[in-house]
Amino acid sequence: MAFEAIPKPSPRAPLVAGAFLAVAAALLAVGSYIGLFVAPPEHFMGEVQRIMYVHVPTAWNAMLALTFAFVCAIVVLFKQDWKWDARLEAWLEIGVLLSFLLCVQGSIWAKPTWGVWWDWDPRLTTTAVLCFAFVGILALRRFVEDPVKRATWSAVATIVAYVDVPIVYFSVKWWNSLHQTQSTPQTVASSMITPLRINAFGILFLIVGLSILRSQLARRKIAAELAPPLPEQDRLAPTGGVA
Amino acid sequence: MSVPVRQTRPVAPLAGAPARSVPGSVRPLPAPAPIAGPFAQLVAAFRKDVLLSWRSRAQAMAVVVFGATALLLLSFAVGPDAASLRRFAGGFLWVALLFSSTLALSESFRAESEAKALEGLLLLPASPVSLFYGKALANWLQLLLVGIGLLPILIVLYDPDLTRLPALAGILALGSAALSAPGTLYAGMASQVRAQQVLLPLLLFPLVVPVLLAAVKASSLLLLGDPMGQAGAWALLLAAFNGIYWPLCGLLFSKVIEE
Repeated sequence: MAFEAIPKPSPRAPLVAGAFLAVAAALLAVGSYIGLFVAPPEHFMGEVQRIMYVHVPTAWNAMLALTFAFVCAIVVLFKQDWKWDARLEAWLEIGVLLSFLLCVQGSIWAKPTWGVWWDWDPRLTTTAVLCFAFVGILALRRFVEDPVKRATWSAVATIVAYVDVPIVYFSVKWWNSLHQTQSTPQTVASSMITPLRINAFGILFLIVGLSILRSQLARRKIAAELAPPLPEQDRLAPTGGVA
Repeated sequence: MSVPVRQTRPVAPLAGAPARSVPGSVRPLPAPAPIAGPFAQLVAAFRKDVLLSWRSRAQAMAVVVFGATALLLLSFAVGPDAASLRRFAGGFLWVALLFSSTLALSESFRAESEAKALEGLLLLPASPVSLFYGKALANWLQLLLVGIGLLPILIVLYDPDLTRLPALAGILALGSAALSAPGTLYAGMASQVRAQQVLLPLLLFPLVVPVLLAAVKASSLLLLGDPMGQAGAWALLLAAFNGIYWPLCGLLFSKVIEE
């Protein structure tokens, strides 16, 4: 049963994804409006702090996306199903995208606040290391031509890289630290919680919608790769005119 | 590469050993050897890989020379100031070892992928787990030897404090073990795809960031003086990394090569 049934794209998927994306757009619009215009500026950092309403939700969702990728990787190894390989690919890409955005936002916030673009803080460094580790896995997926090997190996590499996350975090933490205390609803004023939460769910809906679309695309690609070769005359047809 | 078949007792040929028969003459097949236990399989795989490295020792030597060149180049990055050279010695040692390790690790699968011997190994009544640990141990030994080979060059170029050299050898052992387990897993994958020279460092380097951090910290402390006795904590981190990745990679390796 290992990787046998060729996946079929689901006809309902675009509708479901569209619904998720619409909810995401609405939530992000409301959350960003409150974050930019309603919530008070922070006492020490002033208006700069408003990037928190994107930065912190991005951080939560980046970890969530990579955790989803890890879960997909385990299911790929146990169930050997193309559907889960497609989901793994989707969540890997989303995880890499979010962790890259996280580093960029972190730098934008760090420059006016700490005076430097980059700081060797555990969370920032861990995110950068994660970004590179998972970019490597995406590269692995491009280099391996055999679809079964590609699915198995990227699942193995995802598990190996995900297990590294806490080790990287604690090693960098012992090595050097400066980051401000993690922002959670408990550490910020109540007027700041609302936009933080709304944006967090907005990004969550956004990435779930994107992951549905991306995994449908991955399913189509796998189906095209596994499709039996075209009949002989069809394959020869384009070259027929060449003398 | 052929592997010598011991004459004292019948052993199943390893790794596609060519039958030394004259063409035309028909020899009876040897009686199937009893299936050895996992530990004996591990020892056989380890022996095969060490032997292969020994036979191609020019290649292993070239890895050391590459690491030495890296050490020399890194010292140019700092300049001739003795104090700063001494301060960076620990870091440079590990960067040089990390770069050399990708050469050594991809070399460890080259013989198999060139001779298509991996398929032959998988046909043996041996578990992939034993094959992995045999190869990972052989790689560990080789990386450790590369690290020890780099030490004299490090001492000459950077003039570090030598009073804690045995402890530094311990850190080298822990750190090269931590490079070898995931490195062997990824080299197994990379050896089977195009662009393997790019893929192995791309996958391995981000993963071993904690190894590099801990090994550099511990080595620098040992080379410069460790008034607070912190090197032990970093050695513990290396040991923990080994404790996680040696079992995990052994478990996952069968998924990588079984097809």
